[in-house]
Amino acid sequence: MKAKIIVTPKKAVLDPQGKTVANALEQMGYKGIGDVHVGKYLEIELPAGDRESWRKQLDEACHKILSNPVIEDYQLEIEP
Amino acid sequence: MNFAVLQFPASNCDQDALHVVRNVLGHSGRLLWHKEHSLAGFDAVIIPGGFSYGDYLRTGAIARFSPIMQAVQAFAAQGGPVLGICNGFQILCEAGLLPGALIRNRSLQFRCEHVFLKTASREGPFTRQIPEGKLLRLPIAHGEGCYFADDATLEQLQAGRQILWQYVNAAGEPSDQANPNGSLQNIAGVCNLARNVAGLMPHPERASEPLLGCADGRLIFESLISWLQTKLAAAA
Repeated sequence: MKAKIIVTPKKAVLDPQGKTVANALEQMGYKGIGDVHVGKYLEIELPAGDRESWRKQLDEACHKILSNPVIEDYQLEIEP
Repeated sequence: MNFAVLQFPASNCDQDALHVVRNVLGHSGRLLWHKEHSLAGFDAVIIPGGFSYGDYLRTGAIARFSPIMQAVQAFAAQGGPVLGICNGFQILCEAGLLPGALIRNRSLQFRCEHVFLKTASREGPFTRQIPEGKLLRLPIAHGEGCYFADDATLEQLQAGRQILWQYVNAAGEPSDQANPNGSLQNIAGVCNLARNVAGLMPHPERASEPLLGCADGRLIFESLISWLQTKLAAAA
């Protein structure tokens, strides 16, 4: 099994990286794109086992360390 | 007074902080490796600047789970004074000992320069010796010093007079131009509600001797020492 975690800055948080990437895309001629948000992607290899138990544990880990709830949101997916 | 100066892998202002404690202020201090578990015998804790754990994941995110940080949590809960400088400030925010978070500078640039700070509150251990109205001139050196907190937290900080320092211009005004990193409300340093835990992005330990061009940082350490002396005298 594999866990896939996407961490993104909260909407209310200034994202200068996203803004800079958006500006660069605009300058390259990609007109009309909206806001860009730069985040992180984590893949965690898991041994076969109880998927729900892993979800519970990794949800906790996302809260505790893999993301900072003050500034970031996360999405957690567990693939078979 | 006896100071603990914490040392994580890739701390790099630990020796400077210890130098100020011992050689400039004439107090005792010791470096404490992150794997230690106890703060017994120490009067105050300094969490120095650097790039603990390579700033991996987020600044301060991994350091906060070090064994020594569990001791810092207990020390702070008992009212012990803890000062986080730069990466130390980031670690304290990640640990939940201070509100808010420090994110990438708005300019995306690493800023290394001198700034002026206004002391917004002179209550508590870290600012009491700073003369009313005096601007501190201190160096900064960071890429992730933009202070962020949601509106409710900012209101609480205001209500609790927890904003200790703000970036200002030479006239003492918290202008946009004087803000080196995009921090909300030009916040350079805050404390917790109990006032015994504080953090700031500028480096007082790099500006505590005239030889280094400026000794304003010394006022912050002297405030802490004066507060500790008052506390000891009251306990005696």
